[in-house]
Amino acid sequence: MSAVVDIRDLRVTFATDADPVNAVDGVSLTVEAGQVLAIVGESGSGKTVTAKSILGLLPETATVSGAVMLGANDVVQLSGARLREIRGTDVAMVFQEPSTALNPVYTVGWQIAEGLRAHGKYTRKQAKAKAIEILGKVGIPQPEERVDHYPHQFSGGQKQRVIIAMALVLEPGVIVADEPTTALDVTVQAEILDLLRRCRDEFGAAIVLITHNMGVVADLADRVAVMFNGKVVEEADALTLFSSPQDDYTKRLLASVPKLGSGLARTQERAAARPVIEEAPVVVADNLIIEYPGRFGRSGFRAVDGVSFRIHAGEVLGLVGESGSGKTTIGRAIGGLTRVSGGSLKVIGQEMLGVKEKSFKPLRRDIGFVFQDPASSFNPLLTIAACVAEPLIVHGKARDAASARKRVDELLEAVQLPKAFGDRYPHELSGGQRQRASLARSLALDPTLLIADEPTSALDVSVQAKVLELFSELQKDLGFAALFISHDLAVVDLLADRIAVLYRGKLVEEGTGAEVLGNPQDPYTQRLLASLPVPDPIEQASRREVLRGLRGES
Amino acid sequence: MASTSLAPKRSIWQRIPVVHQLRQSVGLQRGMLVAGLVLVAIFLLTAIFAPLLAPYGFSQLKGDDGDFPTQQAPSSAHLLGTTVGGYDVLSRVIWGTQTAFLVIVVAIILSIFIGVFLGLVSGYLGGWLDRILVVVADAVYAFPSLLLAIVISIVISGGQSGLWAGVTSAAVSITVVFIPQYFRVIRAETLRIKAEAYVESAKVIGSNRSRIMFRHVLRNATRTLPLIFTLNASEAILTLAGLGFLGFGIEPTAAAEWGYDLHKAISDVTSGIWWTALFPGLAIVLVVLGITLVGESLNDLADPRLRTRRRAIGSLPPAGDVTVIPGGTLDEVGNIDQLEARP
Repeated sequence: MSAVVDIRDLRVTFATDADPVNAVDGVSLTVEAGQVLAIVGESGSGKTVTAKSILGLLPETATVSGAVMLGANDVVQLSGARLREIRGTDVAMVFQEPSTALNPVYTVGWQIAEGLRAHGKYTRKQAKAKAIEILGKVGIPQPEERVDHYPHQFSGGQKQRVIIAMALVLEPGVIVADEPTTALDVTVQAEILDLLRRCRDEFGAAIVLITHNMGVVADLADRVAVMFNGKVVEEADALTLFSSPQDDYTKRLLASVPKLGSGLARTQERAAARPVIEEAPVVVADNLIIEYPGRFGRSGFRAVDGVSFRIHAGEVLGLVGESGSGKTTIGRAIGGLTRVSGGSLKVIGQEMLGVKEKSFKPLRRDIGFVFQDPASSFNPLLTIAACVAEPLIVHGKARDAASARKRVDELLEAVQLPKAFGDRYPHELSGGQRQRASLARSLALDPTLLIADEPTSALDVSVQAKVLELFSELQKDLGFAALFISHDLAVVDLLADRIAVLYRGKLVEEGTGAEVLGNPQDPYTQRLLASLPVPDPIEQASRREVLRGLRGES
Repeated sequence: MASTSLAPKRSIWQRIPVVHQLRQSVGLQRGMLVAGLVLVAIFLLTAIFAPLLAPYGFSQLKGDDGDFPTQQAPSSAHLLGTTVGGYDVLSRVIWGTQTAFLVIVVAIILSIFIGVFLGLVSGYLGGWLDRILVVVADAVYAFPSLLLAIVISIVISGGQSGLWAGVTSAAVSITVVFIPQYFRVIRAETLRIKAEAYVESAKVIGSNRSRIMFRHVLRNATRTLPLIFTLNASEAILTLAGLGFLGFGIEPTAAAEWGYDLHKAISDVTSGIWWTALFPGLAIVLVVLGITLVGESLNDLADPRLRTRRRAIGSLPPAGDVTVIPGGTLDEVGNIDQLEARP
């Protein structure tokens, strides 16, 4: 087979305020027709920059050397009109965030036609016919009607299908897909991966897939290139890479991917160690309802609909669900950030329905909260020590940051950060370090309950593994109860004693990890479980069949 | 993810706002900033050393050898000529910098505190207070600002006055127009910051409102103030000049004021007497231009997307020297623990 993309010794350097940064350093890769090349790496490894250079999409501050041969053209040397000609016809791109990649004021049909008009003469009718045809091919139902719909009338997964349709319409030889499923839910991700597989099989397009998710790689890729610090550290076909990784970095990367079922032994051990004596549960939700008010007389949106669960002292409840399932809303309600509209929610004995801030405030010292985004959960103008000292000062345990320093140092030590980090500012820490500092802050007052809202979803896999390990160690030592919210079943499985699965505001299944993951009863849980790609190409292929069977039933 | 390597601590000198930006800038942006800074520096120095620089007093009509001639063309005795009233143009222009400077300082001190406080309270607390304040701010916006300034200047001083009364009336009238600007900017920033996770995390900790407002929101909301500050400074000068030009300014015996001089020079222009109008006008233009250039370039430099950088050409550092991954280069990493940077 012939190579459609041939990257030779590509080097990209970015000018920054400080020293120039070498984002890509001597990368050589080839993609053959009808092949899926996955470029895997953690953030900052240069995978996106490499892929964008195939389309000549690098910003002005970048200096490029080397060659990117696309057929007979060297993209690095091309400019202006020639570059525009090959974009779309020779190479197309699928973006990460489908909701921002489409222009909200034009219909999807118009946006698909836009690409056609840029590369040839089409009458309005021809363009529309073509748009309908391609929308049908990517699996949008009733394409004749939906071609005139606006992006907001499509769901996230459908939007990604539309974007793939836009990429396919000019039948490019290569599609560059930059994290095409990262913004999507697991079940939708499985469908989009199926579609990308069809792009390869039916349209014969080569795909350059950029991702950080090893499961996605195992599901789709033929060849895999692992990047680290701007270099390709290992390149092999998918089967070889997963079965016998050669490079140390690849091995570590694969080892830190959480796998389903690995938490089983640990939870059983913990359950055995926990005293059987039943204390009053820390959190009791009984038929909990949370509504967001609607606008102008429209009825409100019911985010949580009749959910009942309890969290016992010292127990970790994992709350799993897709976006919009209400999992974060429940966490916020327990933390007193969102009002409860109906039912009953008792947090440490305090009824949250119609609670006044004044009567809840004393309880706040017993509740710790870890937020999802480590980048924004610290005041950028305060040092880490000052941030961690805040709860101590607010609750009168310390007069100011200086007098709290001793306790702050202890806390930092507990989360395995050096004391000296206390004097740094949040932006001087990496994401994982910041999330650990966030954990330290939430533990400052020795809470009985910790709410962790997707604490690791913004982190790289290897960092995530570290943070999760730390979390479970601290939980074991300090014995707090925890509500662990995540969209990732494998992560929850690692930590949680019991798992609750939410779907559209309703609790569909609850039980121990062994019950929920080992023998799921609810069809949604079954689908969720089957959709989760595992980092093993052979196992993933068989799981794909299972999922297909499940979808056929429903 | 941000680089974990701690940037070398900058010396205090380099951390002073404008100095830092000056070092950071390149090319055209640097040219703009330098030109603006030079103009502003000349303006400030002139204001400080006006008594030394000006050959005569601002209200002086007589020299050692009798009364000054009126409407005299530039000569050795009067470098920029004299006005119809017999004032020395050069002296008036130089003394005028002091008045302009005073107005900027008073106007901004008056408006910045009220505007920032109202914006913070309105944005953070929201509700009916917010709605009323926004309506009032919009109503003030809808007024022609110069008309408002005239009305206030009449209310305060009956239109004509001495130095301090004149400066205050100009400053207060400018203040009324500027408060809504500070209010709006701070309110918008506050609304944005209110949704940030660190404000929520302060809430779950149990901090009270005033602590969240002043410790967490206020300091983060004031980033854009230096920019509005410079833009408003130039607007303040223009409003003062406009008031003076319309005859609501400061008496020539109380202080030198460019707008007043321009007003008196209207009839001169048609009779070919150019020096009475040109120099005060030029002074206004140059000061406003200088301050605006500084403001605009600070604005551009504050935004990483607008900031131009030197292109990274020449000796490329070997990869891994500048790592974008926490944990350093691949060779340094022994096991998975070390992927997370530890010093």
